[in-house]
Amino acid sequence: MDKPELKNFTKPESIKDYPVGPSFSGGHLVSVNSGWRTFKPVVALDTCTGCYRCYLVCPDGVIVKTEAGKVAVDYDFCKGCGVCAHECPFDAIEMVKEDLQK
Amino acid sequence: MMHNHKNESVFVSGDEAVALGVRLSRPHVISAYPITPQTIVVERLSEMVEDGSLVARYIHVESEHSAMSAAMGASSVGARAFTATSSQGLLYMAEGLHYASGGRMPIVMMNANRSLALPWSIFGDHRDSMSMLDSGWIQVYVEDAQEALDMTIQAYRIAEDSSVLTPLMINLDGFILTHTYELVEVPPQEEVDSYLPPFSTPNKMSLEDPKSMGFSTSPADNMEFKYQQHKAMMDSREVIKQADKEYAEIFGRSYNGLIDCYQCDNAEYILVTAGSVTGTARVAVDSMRSKGIKAGVLRIRFMRPFPEQEVRNTLAGAASYGVLDKDISFGYEGTMFTNVNSALSGTAHIPRGINFIGGLGGRDISVQDIEEMFEALRLCPAHDYTEYRKNRIRFVNMGVSIHE
Repeated sequence: MDKPELKNFTKPESIKDYPVGPSFSGGHLVSVNSGWRTFKPVVALDTCTGCYRCYLVCPDGVIVKTEAGKVAVDYDFCKGCGVCAHECPFDAIEMVKEDLQK
Repeated sequence: MMHNHKNESVFVSGDEAVALGVRLSRPHVISAYPITPQTIVVERLSEMVEDGSLVARYIHVESEHSAMSAAMGASSVGARAFTATSSQGLLYMAEGLHYASGGRMPIVMMNANRSLALPWSIFGDHRDSMSMLDSGWIQVYVEDAQEALDMTIQAYRIAEDSSVLTPLMINLDGFILTHTYELVEVPPQEEVDSYLPPFSTPNKMSLEDPKSMGFSTSPADNMEFKYQQHKAMMDSREVIKQADKEYAEIFGRSYNGLIDCYQCDNAEYILVTAGSVTGTARVAVDSMRSKGIKAGVLRIRFMRPFPEQEVRNTLAGAASYGVLDKDISFGYEGTMFTNVNSALSGTAHIPRGINFIGGLGGRDISVQDIEEMFEALRLCPAHDYTEYRKNRIRFVNMGVSIHE
């Protein structure tokens, strides 16, 4: 898995410590982005064969390869579009309604 | 001023002077789309690249929007980029203008000032660049071909300064400057090289230190970037003055920074101008002075950053002032007039001002027209206030009566 380690951007005290223009060292994320997801993909690891079809089709790059040769979902950025579940050749991904009360 | 260099003198148009200035500035990338009356700039530059006298990539693009986009790509990783356009082309790249300034990319662009359609017109006025005043670009208006060449070199020095990092637009009046031939001094390459060091970007493309470029921000960070842009533009005022001073020391020519005054010191009636019409205004000032009338002309060189303090100090002591706009913001007044009035607001004594709208779509402005402006400025302090306000915006040299 080559997912870069994410670094938080801490808002500086002074404007002098802001980056000059909107360009900055790669790998910084200032906030998670998945707030509007209503269904989340859940991978059944016993059915998953590690074919990585979902990894290829995910439009947001949130499917990651695990060391066990399977896949996992980065829920901080998954928008819940369901493309992975639709495309999985082994029906190993189920879209589960989020409990929005939580 | 010391001036004993082996300068080459050439007889060139304003467009050609810009091309010579660009070559001396050693850009890495030129991306441009031809449009009258800018065409000669890009023709000459493409010839220079072809004959090897300018080592740069010349990118033939399919539109002005692409010209600005390619210049941004080059500038974003530290290449020195140049483009040029005019009128409809400038508006076609409008989205890119904000993008480049927001991205802090010190691109230099020549704009041949030309009217905007409709009615279609290839002739000059300032409506194109004035409508882009809020795009975050430094804007300079030059008066002749020599200043066009000199400012092209200075433009990179100003734009690339680490405290500025803001794109810069050099404006030349269409045809009057772009196509008129003058004797122009071309400084030696070695001296330009010593004045203008290579651009050092904070965003060099690097595998060791990869960058996220041109990212988006949430409302929590956006305003900070806009504040930075504003501050950089305000700070550029001192950089502009310093660039002019050092240019004068090396090359022997100074343009006095943000504004350029003629006979303003004890003037009672001052006309504010921009660009090539200033020469005509100086002749009119001489004529008024010969009749004992204390006239002067204040040429605005930089519209952004606006020379607020210089304008206020120069005009505050006058009996009245005029602003000659080759532009109008429909439904209000000329944009220079608005900016000048804003600079004067808050001063203890605000003289009366008249806005002269002239030269739209390339209409001539003669010495006699400007003498009549000074006559109007002489009369206006004595008018009653209602009468003055009624005639505050005046269209110069209309071909028909507009009194219905």
